Amino acid sequence: MGSLKIENVKKAFGPVEVLKGIDLAVNNGEFVVFVGPSGCGKSTLLRVIAGLEDSTSGRVLIDGADVSVTPPAKRGIAMVFQTYALYPHLTVKNNMGLGLKQAGTPAAEIERRIKIASAMLSLEPYLERRPAELSGGQRQRVAIGRAVVREPKLFLFDEPLSNLDAALRVNTRLEIAQLHRRLKATMIYVTHDQVEAMTLADKIVVLNAGRIEQIGSPMELYNAPANEFVAGFIGSPKMNFIDGAKLGETAKTIGVRPEHLTVDTKSGAWKGTVVHAEHLGADTNLYLDCDKAGLVTVRIFGVYNAEPGATLYATPDAAKTYRFGADGRVLK
Amino acid sequence: MSTATHSLPRTIGAHAVLLTYTAIALFPVILVILNSFKSRAGIFGAPLTPPTPKTFDLIGYTTVIGQGDFIHYFQNSLVVTVASLFFVLLFGAMAAFALSEYRFRGNTMMGLYLALGIMIPIRLGTVAILQLMVATGLVNTLTALILVYTAQGLPLAIFILSEFMKQVSDDLKNAGRIDGLSEYTIFFRLVLPLVRPSMATVAVFTMIPIWNDLWFPLILAPSEETKTVTLGAQLFLGQFVTNWNAILAALSLAILPVLILYVIFSRQLIRGITSGAVK
Ligand SMILES: Nc1ncnc2c1ncn2[C@@H]1O[C@H](COP(=O)(O)OP(=O)(O)O)[C@@H](O)[C@H]1O
Ligand SMILES: [Mg+2]
Repeated sequence: MGSLKIENVKKAFGPVEVLKGIDLAVNNGEFVVFVGPSGCGKSTLLRVIAGLEDSTSGRVLIDGADVSVTPPAKRGIAMVFQTYALYPHLTVKNNMGLGLKQAGTPAAEIERRIKIASAMLSLEPYLERRPAELSGGQRQRVAIGRAVVREPKLFLFDEPLSNLDAALRVNTRLEIAQLHRRLKATMIYVTHDQVEAMTLADKIVVLNAGRIEQIGSPMELYNAPANEFVAGFIGSPKMNFIDGAKLGETAKTIGVRPEHLTVDTKSGAWKGTVVHAEHLGADTNLYLDCDKAGLVTVRIFGVYNAEPGATLYATPDAAKTYRFGADGRVLK
Repeated sequence: MSTATHSLPRTIGAHAVLLTYTAIALFPVILVILNSFKSRAGIFGAPLTPPTPKTFDLIGYTTVIGQGDFIHYFQNSLVVTVASLFFVLLFGAMAAFALSEYRFRGNTMMGLYLALGIMIPIRLGTVAILQLMVATGLVNTLTALILVYTAQGLPLAIFILSEFMKQVSDDLKNAGRIDGLSEYTIFFRLVLPLVRPSMATVAVFTMIPIWNDLWFPLILAPSEETKTVTLGAQLFLGQFVTNWNAILAALSLAILPVLILYVIFSRQLIRGITSGAVK
């Protein structure tokens, strides 16, 4: 239980086509992350899966059954929103129990599930409080708890961490990962943050402007991006893109990740001047203005002392250099 | 204590302006109330002075209360105002929710059509309304007034409320839908409490013109049974003699109910504003 299939789903708001034909299969128990820049249609796709938005065409199947005309409450899904969306007039306990109550679940069963979920999310001390009396992190945990008690076939998360501060984000991310491992449930998670995508996903779906650019495991996307968009989106700092003509290459664009460049003070492929250096302790980011390649970012592990203005030579790792054609696709 | 935003001269200046405005705005009201406690001679002899032991007289109030019907007029006014207010808020909020929440063909046109009433005074339609009421046999009933005032109040209510309803979080409504709440429950339990401050604003704006209206009671419901306070007070306004004591007393009394309603709503207003401030 808990598989999802999307067949050629399109969605238009008036004349604006937001989803331009999405095909996707999600297996039972998978953690799938939709990632892409803001406004690319991730939330719209999630809302179509949830039934909060009708697709213009195409089919959504949950466990093999077409749910295109099933209301959200009957689809066996639960959703966690970016803004928590807790009911302000209900206590934490009633927030979690409302969905089950609406579905006519016996009170004892509701009680039992709330107990399990609140223990899982360390929410027991707050069960009688109202959302206004909780911190942001606690509110988001309540929202996750509200999803857990429904025991859905499919969990849907829409940027659940973007309203939390950085430290809390890491904690909650961990909590969601553990939750997935414990429940073995199918989860679909939307984010614009590629770090969240890489750390959580079994399978990442990269979306751009209403289309799927690539589907794959985090390492597949990192090691074998299908095109320039995915290559630039996955990985931080961003991949360097260099005009092929400048390097005397036949490919339109040459891509090399900052961590796949080495520097040397004496010799190397590209001679450059240090523009700026970022010292992060664990690694150092150097920005070099190279004679052939233009401005490139180099990531060096550990501490590396380089003053702006110094001359350095950068050399790309030939085995980890990507070549893109005029259409942005990787050339083999 | 002189900071960038609080300087003493500026504070004094702002307060001076506000106090002057308050004095100007309240002057006629206070004058009415003061004079309502004076004898006829007192009112005309020294209209601007407060009642002294010599001029103090409750004759106005005894006349008004003694004229048994007046309590009844009050009742009529209150029924009409409260009922109209109820319907304006209910239907206004529901229409506003539909306009702001659902995408349907003609949504924008419908919004414009409903807002048109703000610009076109309902009194232009008096003749047609009267014919309608005669035809339906509603002349000289409070129902007639309630219907007209509901229609009169709706455009502004819909206009203001739909702006506020657009700001209610979509996520919250969607969370309700996923939990299986009906659209009515979402509207009454989730959305309405969040737009309570704007409901209070609309209530205040709607209530005062209804309470004060003389036009429609005079035309649609002038019978003894259905007279409202404003119409009842005309009783003392004779062609030859005017009972000023009674008129001033009636007007002073007429302020009370609106004042009470206003206090109730403004409480809501302040509570709503402060509770909405924290996310
Ligand atoms: N209800 C709507 N009406 C019109 N346009 C919408 C609506 N919802 C979303 N859009 C548009 O669809 C595009 C994708 O939105 P969304 O799915 O929210 O993006 P994302 O979640 O990837 O940031 C945006 O350009 C947005 O303006
Ligand atoms: Mg979004």
